[in-house]
Amino acid sequence: MDRRTVLKGLAGAGGLALTGLSAPAIAQGASARTLRFVPQANLANFDPIWGTQYVVRNAAALVWDTLYGIDAQLQPQRQMVESEETSDDGKTWTFKLRPGLKFHDGEPVLAKDVVASLSRWAARDPMGLMIIPIQQELTAVDDRTFKWVLKQPFPKMLYALAKNNAPCSFIMPERIAKTDPFKQITEYVGSGPMKFAKGEWVPGAKAVFEKFADYVPRQEKPSWLAGGKQMMVDRVEWIVMPDPATAAAALQNGEVDWWENPIADLVPVLKKNKNISVDIGDPLGNIGSFRMNHLFAPFNDVRARRAVLMALSQEDYMRAIVGDDTALWKPLPGFFTPDTPVYNDLGGDILKGKRDFDAAKKLLAESGYSGQPVTCLVAQDQPITKAQGDVTADLLKRLGMNVDFVATDWGTVGSRRAQKTPPGQGGWNMFHSWHAGADCITPAAYTAIRANGDKAWFGWPNSPNTEKEIAGWFDAKSIDEEKAAIGRVNKAAIEDVVYAPTGFFLTYTAWRKNVSGIAKGPLPFFWGVSKSA
Amino acid sequence: MLSYILRRIVATLPVMAIVALFVFSLLYIAPGDPAVVIAGDQASPEDVERIRQSLGLDRPFLVQFGSWVWRILHGDLGTSIFTNLPVSAMIGQRLGPTLSLMMVTLLLTIVVAVPLGVVAAWKAGSLIDRVIMGFAVFGFSLPVFVVGYMLAYIFALELEWLPVQGYTPLNQGVLPWLENLILPAIALGCVYIALVARITRAAMLEVLQQDYIRTAKAKGLGQGGILFIHALKNAAVPIVTVIGIGIALLIGGAVVTESVFAIPGLGRLTIDAILRRDYPVIQGIVLLFSFVYVLVNLMIDLIYTLVDPRIRY
Repeated sequence: MDRRTVLKGLAGAGGLALTGLSAPAIAQGASARTLRFVPQANLANFDPIWGTQYVVRNAAALVWDTLYGIDAQLQPQRQMVESEETSDDGKTWTFKLRPGLKFHDGEPVLAKDVVASLSRWAARDPMGLMIIPIQQELTAVDDRTFKWVLKQPFPKMLYALAKNNAPCSFIMPERIAKTDPFKQITEYVGSGPMKFAKGEWVPGAKAVFEKFADYVPRQEKPSWLAGGKQMMVDRVEWIVMPDPATAAAALQNGEVDWWENPIADLVPVLKKNKNISVDIGDPLGNIGSFRMNHLFAPFNDVRARRAVLMALSQEDYMRAIVGDDTALWKPLPGFFTPDTPVYNDLGGDILKGKRDFDAAKKLLAESGYSGQPVTCLVAQDQPITKAQGDVTADLLKRLGMNVDFVATDWGTVGSRRAQKTPPGQGGWNMFHSWHAGADCITPAAYTAIRANGDKAWFGWPNSPNTEKEIAGWFDAKSIDEEKAAIGRVNKAAIEDVVYAPTGFFLTYTAWRKNVSGIAKGPLPFFWGVSKSA
Repeated sequence: MLSYILRRIVATLPVMAIVALFVFSLLYIAPGDPAVVIAGDQASPEDVERIRQSLGLDRPFLVQFGSWVWRILHGDLGTSIFTNLPVSAMIGQRLGPTLSLMMVTLLLTIVVAVPLGVVAAWKAGSLIDRVIMGFAVFGFSLPVFVVGYMLAYIFALELEWLPVQGYTPLNQGVLPWLENLILPAIALGCVYIALVARITRAAMLEVLQQDYIRTAKAKGLGQGGILFIHALKNAAVPIVTVIGIGIALLIGGAVVTESVFAIPGLGRLTIDAILRRDYPVIQGIVLLFSFVYVLVNLMIDLIYTLVDPRIRY
């Protein structure tokens, strides 16, 4: 009997026992103006530019506002900006801020604050880093107007300023934004709807946000990071619970109101409780992946990489990650997030249909593979990577490969995957990961799809065709052009096997029924969420 | 006695120094890199390297160790790589819950385990003895997290008497403080109670065979007086020793218990710091734990003199 079995059994029993019961006396005393939320991870730092973890981005979205916000239709909408103008040649962008914007220290939000914030953001963001080389100047024209002059047009400017991918271009006071982007800020003076209660922050346990009375929400309806960010509660408490069974029990017991990421094992228990709602949290989901090291044999030969793609069964991976709930996954013949406006899986045939091990073995032999160990890094402390690692080990063995299965923790994988030494000398051949679907809609913030050799993400794929097609997407001027470009990127990346996509999967979120207004999206949106006693 | 205490305190310094060197070296050679964790999954190798430089992690071992020791000597445990908060402040935030949990567990253990051990020895070989020892085996065998989940299910989910998780500081009321600590203390205390009960029984069995116990019985002393005044006092040295050694068990068990009951204590801080490779925090906590352990040993040695007048330093 392992720990997971025990917690599942007990939580299950608890769920059954509680079905039909109201919240206990202990919970009923809690204020309806306080929302208690269990985040996906610990808020270990609170600088959304320095630390790009999703949990930091999610908390930061409460505290700092952005110039633009992406909406549920994946379109950038004005947020702190009142208006913008583009010069005829597309090189000069002039932005005007909304009146009445204030920081949490009561100071007005000025153009100089925006200039400093964008400069710090651009130094750390993939899209910002594309802007810096073509930037001529970024200056404040007056208190409410700033200008971004480029050497060449950058059609995706508004998307860059609106996107929800970390790091987002949050606006901070100039004195804070002038901090080196590779050093942490020490003041948390925000521009968003909630203030960060630094005094109540216990990293690893609790973070508290209080309503900012002077925040001026937009008049439009809220939609993801866009629209009116109207707070319906006075206080949001993030309660970190590393143990999923404890979080499940606390939600059932009414000690917390909303659990961002219940694990699949416990979802049936929560669904049986009539006081709890469970639904897909983020429709953009996640893409499972493993990356092969393009620098060393056997995966420096594209035939070996293709052989692996020919044999891998995405269904095996997805069932290993999310179990038998077929509503939670689908096969993905490509690299981009399905059911999005520009989705295109052109060239993904190798991942479809019956798996052909004979052909794969033949191709592997042609690549010159002769039984050398394949160092496969598998983080055991991350359920998603562990599940994928087990499937991959089986896949490689069935292909006749000699698997050196390195069971380790995520911290070690994180540092070892950066090693460019040969696998036998501290390097590696494969590691597993996954990508938030929100990052994989387009190449804009999709680091994992880049194939520019030394500058690419770990594995260092070098595929000039893929890079050419990515550049084509950046130049696309309409949805149709973008969609066509995405198809070409997908085809090129599949042909050169930039990495191996293992499927598309979703996760649930769960909340008590006295909470309403929870929107599906790539991060938890707290505006519009209310709670009754 | 005073000079003995001073000598012992001074003797902790080389122990602490060795612990410090050992921990620092282990962390230095251990795989993993906090810069990678900070940079996030999408970061480029250049970003990671720049963060590593900004944290000073690219400096040679001796330089890093030297600057850390220098800070320690000035009473500065350093700053967390991740939270940017002083390690001492982070430990301060977490000390209350862990100390509370350990104190309640310790109290529970002494109140429950010692009488159980005494009764088991008194009724040696009887059904009561077997039941108590059966409980001890059970308590010793069950993992802390299993006991924790069972308690949470019964007393929080089923009976709705107590909360599942969290911690309320003592200054917000004794009752709320206790409400949050009862289940974790029982979960954590099970192993400890089992251990102390068994040792108490064994020590008492030996003492109860002594001539002076027979004499006490012959003189007509009551059973309670014989057991708890004459016998227990003479059996106390091994019991006190085990209670002291058990502090290490408590420290280890607190890591799991705090996770199961979401108590924001030092145990969880340790796990978080290790997983993220937050070196200054790990080093600070290990130093603190080793200091506490050395101090507990000193206290045990001093308690010996109280329970056994023949022991003098």
